[in-house]
Amino acid sequence: MNRKASIDLSFFPGCSLDTTATENNLSLNSLFNRIGYNLVELDDWNCCGSSSAHSINSELASDLATRNLSLAPKGRPLVAACPSCLLRLQDAHFHLKKNDEERLRYEERWGRPFDPELKILHFFEILDGIDLLSFAKDRTKRLDGLRFVPYYGCMLAHPPDLTREKEYHGLMEKILASLGATPLSWPHASQCCGTFLSVARPDIVTPLVDRIIQGARDAGTDCIITACAMCHLNLEVRCSLKKTIPTLYFTEVLSLALGSDEHKTWFSRHLVDPKPLLRSKGLIQ
Amino acid sequence: MKADRQFPSKELIKSNHLNLDFVSEIEKISGVNINKCYHCKTCAGGCHFYQTTDYPPNSVIRLAQLGLRNEALECSTIWLCVGCHTCSIQCPMGIDMAGFMDGLRQIAIREEVVIAEPDILNFHRDVLHTIKRHGRTHKLEVMLRYKARKWDWFSDLAVGLKMFSKGKLHLMPSKIKAIGEIRKIFAPRPDGVIYE
Ligand code: SF4
Ligand code: SF4
Repeated sequence: MNRKASIDLSFFPGCSLDTTATENNLSLNSLFNRIGYNLVELDDWNCCGSSSAHSINSELASDLATRNLSLAPKGRPLVAACPSCLLRLQDAHFHLKKNDEERLRYEERWGRPFDPELKILHFFEILDGIDLLSFAKDRTKRLDGLRFVPYYGCMLAHPPDLTREKEYHGLMEKILASLGATPLSWPHASQCCGTFLSVARPDIVTPLVDRIIQGARDAGTDCIITACAMCHLNLEVRCSLKKTIPTLYFTEVLSLALGSDEHKTWFSRHLVDPKPLLRSKGLIQ
Repeated sequence: MKADRQFPSKELIKSNHLNLDFVSEIEKISGVNINKCYHCKTCAGGCHFYQTTDYPPNSVIRLAQLGLRNEALECSTIWLCVGCHTCSIQCPMGIDMAGFMDGLRQIAIREEVVIAEPDILNFHRDVLHTIKRHGRTHKLEVMLRYKARKWDWFSDLAVGLKMFSKGKLHLMPSKIKAIGEIRKIFAPRPDGVIYE
């Protein structure tokens, strides 16, 4: 299956994957190469505006997002990994399609054509429905014996304007189980990580994160698996419990499951060291 | 439990008839019509920050509906809401709570009311400042600006150093080439309000 030439997708990394979450970026690219896709970074992309722009200046937030849309080459989907960037881009596209005034503003601002057909996707969309095991070396279920709790945070929630976008409940469980891992149920899968409050109000975020980590420990898991760079950072830096637990990126685990050996720099970047766990499961040496 | 959450309330419901158009003012700035809310309180039950805000999210809607403009604009909820949309996907009326809170924050900035969580506003401004300079967020610079402003160098020092040693805080910013395009969108606004 699918061992053809690779398919190009436009890729919006965003500021987190570009810096704090490089391991997310590298493992995503490695994974996609393996399954026949080539992520072409959007040339000269800018920050999507993050939570800060829409919080205090809606017009600025819209401009920051629409500039990125104006850079996307026609004819191929734009893929993002950061749930928050994805929402900003999808929201901006939705409003440009709906509102003539905003489209005029867009054309004046950027002098580049607007593409109402542009598809803006989370990378989950590409993975959904693919038999990843068929890409694993020798079709071995390498994740056998790895127990995990899926952590989506708020990535599955949309504003009412975008309720028709897919939500992918259960996608991480389904895919990781197909590669041998065991998903455990727990009450914190869709609990917000506290996002940017981590900077100004760590006193609020720490108890929130502690509850999540304690919940994971109570569930008897080996690790937490997340697809969001913000969640990953908060779980790592804001936990005050003595006994913590490693948090892995979905893309890291998938790459390992397919037998990738490009992971040299990924795991040493984690603040809670996942290497002993990965070694004990035979996933790294 | 805070006093204003005690139930049954000893007070009559307050309202302010001078601000009866507050609901439409909010709709104008945010596109959200809060009069669809029938106070089922589903949003309050699902909000992860319910314990730390001074009003649950639907109560902020209530304040606005009753014309209690200052109370709504000066509450901490509008700053502590992170816009996670958890409440919106549960709201039977499809109210965009995050959009509503965005609108209130922007009115609060424009009118220079007392900001309940100035550190959070400063953080947002610090983030936007680095975007204006580089086109992208530079986390180290955000942290340094934020800390310098508070004159607080020691809280979180350990976290910062750990992130730095793991290569998570880059010394140099990631910059875009066409920075002129970004400067253009940060140009002063015709209404003179400085949001960033
Ligand atoms: S869930 Fe919706 S309708 Fe119910 S109180 Fe909250 S905003 Fe109002
Ligand atoms: S969007 Fe705001 S009010 Fe709603 S659940 Fe999230 S933090 Fe709470």
